Amino acid sequence: MQKILKYVIIDILRNKIVIGYTLFLLAITMSIFNLEDQSTKGLLSLLNIILIVVPLVCILFSAIYVYNSSEFIELLVSQPIKRSTILLSMFTGLSFSMVVAFLIGTGIPILLFEPTSTGITMMGMGVLLTLIFVSVALLTAVYARDKAKGIGWVILLWLYFSLLFDGLILFILYQFSDYPLEKAMVGVSALNPIDLSRILVLLKMDVSAMMGYTGAIFRNFFGTQYGFWIAIAVMLMWAFIPLFITLRKFKRKDL
Amino acid sequence: MIIASNVSKKFGRLKALDNVSVKLLRGECVALIGPNGSGKTTFIKSLLGMVVPDHGFITFNEKNILHDWNYRSRIGYMPQIGRYPDNMSIGQVLNMMKDIRKMKSSETDDELIEAFELNKMAHKRMRTLSGGTRQKVSASLAFLFNPDVLILDEPTAGLDPVAAEILKQKIIREKQKNKLIMITSHVLSELDEMVTEVMYMQDGQCRFHKKVDVLRAETSEDRLTRVMASIISKM
Repeated sequence: MQKILKYVIIDILRNKIVIGYTLFLLAITMSIFNLEDQSTKGLLSLLNIILIVVPLVCILFSAIYVYNSSEFIELLVSQPIKRSTILLSMFTGLSFSMVVAFLIGTGIPILLFEPTSTGITMMGMGVLLTLIFVSVALLTAVYARDKAKGIGWVILLWLYFSLLFDGLILFILYQFSDYPLEKAMVGVSALNPIDLSRILVLLKMDVSAMMGYTGAIFRNFFGTQYGFWIAIAVMLMWAFIPLFITLRKFKRKDL
Repeated sequence: MIIASNVSKKFGRLKALDNVSVKLLRGECVALIGPNGSGKTTFIKSLLGMVVPDHGFITFNEKNILHDWNYRSRIGYMPQIGRYPDNMSIGQVLNMMKDIRKMKSSETDDELIEAFELNKMAHKRMRTLSGGTRQKVSASLAFLFNPDVLILDEPTAGLDPVAAEILKQKIIREKQKNKLIMITSHVLSELDEMVTEVMYMQDGQCRFHKKVDVLRAETSEDRLTRVMASIISKM
């Protein structure tokens, strides 16, 4: 495992995308904190950018990386190495480099400007989102043989998680506004890791009052220690269930 | 050494392998012959676990290969089209394989690397290599770890005559070390001096698997090209 991991990480570092991603995050975070006079406000702007950029870069880069290393994978499967070792090394290598990039790019500025529990929560959410979207990218790349198709799927999935899902929820809420859906919303939010992390960070910021009655319900549930850890557990499931399915599929894939 | 029992594999509707059962033993040099698309490469890939059969199973030294991965350390495989990470150099690929196979430089068989003079172009990136040079890398990798079993998928395709001759002599030398060697090729004339058995595949089925001497006696022909021509015309 360590040897394969070593080669995966060397290979990822060799193409400069991860370094570019780090610098991009660093530039955005620093400029936001410098522009806003109040760092809490800066954190709110940063949240919105992170929730768009982190999933997009993670899912696209990981999927393209897996497709581009098809030769590497092919070379390794004919060698005395377990298939699960190959896949887990890919996952670990990708998520490790993306997490490090995120922590350098946004973690350091957050610790400098806003070392509060809200800032820490946001860093944690960024790390979890990275793991989730790397794992979803692997799932797509292993299932879709064709590169163009796979990347299309990955973009669609990102659109779904960051835009379409919220649109659907609004539509449903509007159509069924006569019914008490507020409690069901807590369950529905578990279907989208991006929303879940947004809720958790917003609740830490105490701006949930702006979310109306639903916000109060969210506060009642996610505001407690118990609800917070359930949300974290759901996020971890979002990362590891796709990985588990990928592993099962990859073990029987014809190469 | 390798036993395949009723191995079947479908790709969509296409039956790539249809109930193939064979027994391959140590010391044999098997020629895997058949028309294009007869399932030769699929069969080889299932021996390596790269393709997972739908039915049937394959054993390597009495162990089912489905749950075992370590058996591949005893196989040297030369693919038909070698695909390597584009941005690695020849030297990096060779070192990586040595590192992964956990073999010291003193124990490896560098004969082909030297014969093909790969050391002189160790810094060249894989994507800049010609098809023939890639084949040389593939061949060197297959023989590098001194494996008990050699599986060579069209080894001489794309090689220049000098390199093809070096490879042929190497195969003959390895054969004398009581190894199992399996070769596919469409150039039957070059197999003459190497093979001891012929396995003929068509439409995913193994039509026959016999010793070359038996086939020669049956057809009363001497050269493998003639032997096969006479058998196929009767089928």
